[in-house]
Amino acid sequence: MSYNFKETMNKPERLAPGHRMCAGCGGTIAVRNVLRGLHEGDRAVIGNATGCLEVSTFTYPYTAWEDSYIHNAFENAGATLSGVEGAYKALKRKGKLDETYKFITFGGDGGTYDIGFQSLSGAMERNHDLVYVCYDNGAYMNTGIQRSSATPMYADTTTTPVGSQSNGKPQNRKDLAAIIAAHDVPYVAQTTFVQNFKDLHVKSEKAIYTPGAAFLNIMAPCPRGWRYNTPDIMEICRLGVETCYWPLFEVEEGKWILNYEPKKKLPIEDFLRPQGRFKHLFKKGNEYLLEAFQKEVDRRWDELLFRCSR
Amino acid sequence: MAKRDRLSGNEAVAIALRQINPDVFPAFPITPSTEIPQYFASFAANGQVDTEFIPVESEHSSMSAAIGASAAGARSLTATSSCGLAYMWEELYIAASNRLPLALALVNRALSGPININCDHSDSMGARDSGWIQMYAENNQEAYDNMVQAYRISEHPDVRLPIMICQDGFITSHAVENIELLEDEEVQKFVGEYNPENYLLNPQCPMAVGPYSVTDYYMEAKRNQAEGMRHVSRVVLDVAKEYKKLSGREYGLFEEYRMDDAERAVVMIGSAAGTTKDAIDRLREQGEKVGLIKIRLYRPFPASEIAEALKNVKAVAIMDRAEGYTNHGGPLGADVMAALYRAHADALAVNYIYGLGGRDVRVKDMENVFAALKQMMADGDAGETYRYLGIRE
Repeated sequence: MSYNFKETMNKPERLAPGHRMCAGCGGTIAVRNVLRGLHEGDRAVIGNATGCLEVSTFTYPYTAWEDSYIHNAFENAGATLSGVEGAYKALKRKGKLDETYKFITFGGDGGTYDIGFQSLSGAMERNHDLVYVCYDNGAYMNTGIQRSSATPMYADTTTTPVGSQSNGKPQNRKDLAAIIAAHDVPYVAQTTFVQNFKDLHVKSEKAIYTPGAAFLNIMAPCPRGWRYNTPDIMEICRLGVETCYWPLFEVEEGKWILNYEPKKKLPIEDFLRPQGRFKHLFKKGNEYLLEAFQKEVDRRWDELLFRCSR
Repeated sequence: MAKRDRLSGNEAVAIALRQINPDVFPAFPITPSTEIPQYFASFAANGQVDTEFIPVESEHSSMSAAIGASAAGARSLTATSSCGLAYMWEELYIAASNRLPLALALVNRALSGPININCDHSDSMGARDSGWIQMYAENNQEAYDNMVQAYRISEHPDVRLPIMICQDGFITSHAVENIELLEDEEVQKFVGEYNPENYLLNPQCPMAVGPYSVTDYYMEAKRNQAEGMRHVSRVVLDVAKEYKKLSGREYGLFEEYRMDDAERAVVMIGSAAGTTKDAIDRLREQGEKVGLIKIRLYRPFPASEIAEALKNVKAVAIMDRAEGYTNHGGPLGADVMAALYRAHADALAVNYIYGLGGRDVRVKDMENVFAALKQMMADGDAGETYRYLGIRE
């Protein structure tokens, strides 16, 4: 698919300005760019798990959503959109609806990796014709930066605080994209804000227009939770990809495809250093933590290369 | 033309649903309601309905999907029992606050623990304040008739609230009894097409559902819900009147059985009313002035109408098939006693907890209840007002 940056960015916004998300929030960048994957004139119903995005974009009596939109609860975005898509099929079958609709639901990593995991798994396994988009900022940001199963190891969060007996979160993050790929859905992809949004745009369009269930995992940094200089979001994302912390890949009909391989893999310190949540890793005597982090990144990268080379 | 048949309560409700031909039916099995989606799945598999049947991975998701479907503009429902209802707890409130007229075929079963698959009302009683309309049945015929009337009530523009159609697990859901069914076309004509005003899949006007509401608006939203509830009794009676013309069967907010000159009465919900009617018939033969009020509509609660029906009664036993853990009785007891208080009634009233976890209720048990009421009248005092029926102490 050809990608024209100017043309894509000039598409009419489907998430209107004036919402109450933080300046520089990765969540809204993810949403606006996913919605640019919809062809002009195509209708959509947008779903949303409870979280920052929901409480800040649909505060009664205002909505920022140009399309039909439904928020139900925290843990059931997958099931809710399953019902909406079921209604679409039934109304079509009964000849009550002529128009074509697409179904896209957004959840943070809390609503997706954790509390909404069962609902997501069910919706994926049943292969509803919808896209589930996780904007992954690696913690429960809406409630004040608590750890999730998407939080990277050693991150300082309010439920895994760094202390005299703690180096932050003790566990590795869950590899959700791989888990959803194991559901054998038609399309799974992982992306973030790089390459003038080309990767995100192409994958969004593919996810939306692939019949059946699709899952997008988008690294969407949160300046408050990650504690980096807010305007540096694009650089943070680039470093995430160049260090192979957040690889760009897709799984199409079960086939793993690596979309980008850095010419020179940068050390993980480059991604961690600008983030306040990893400040303690750079204290003297904590070099072994950085080594362990690097080892984990390398292990996962090798595993991905293996999956993609088969 | 009515068709005579012999069906279980679950079959009867499933047939009503086939005749209604709803748009979306997400479901997850749980005893004793499992048969309802199971029968329905075979109707869908054989092209007898146009419904999108979605076999989801949990009850939480069945209610979530039913909410999504209803918001999208579809007539939707699900079915469940006991722990399944408890699992959809949060969603019950969301369905009601979104003013979605979806239906829930509930087959009453005890809540865990200990885990028990038999009938009591602890599941739906726990959901009594969730904003759902609740209707109960004594037998398969009433379960069928209530289901056919459900959407006419829930979808009424003055109401727009979800509706729970309850029947007793196993006692009603699995017992095969005689029944009169309506013709498919009669049901379809009676229920009519669902044409919502605002919905997600309306190409003319997109809609946003499920806002975050700050203190400035939340209370008005809840008050609006209550306004919908205030119209339910009237709509239930209007729909029942129309249904009587179609079926010949008469329904109200509750049934009064031999209440005309009754001095002693029992107030109860569900299948044990049949047993109680037998006890009443026997006692009436002995000249005893006893009667029954069987609740059909429990939410909203027809308080003033019940107080009116009890106005000449000297002693009343309110029967709860659920504990309330208030140390003074169950939920129906609290509702009826509050109604009597507001009506300045001076009847002696006691509250029995009975039939938990499927504990059998026999005619003799109910005769004992009426005997206890007689004793209260003789004593001029209710004595202990919080009692258990048929318990091994």
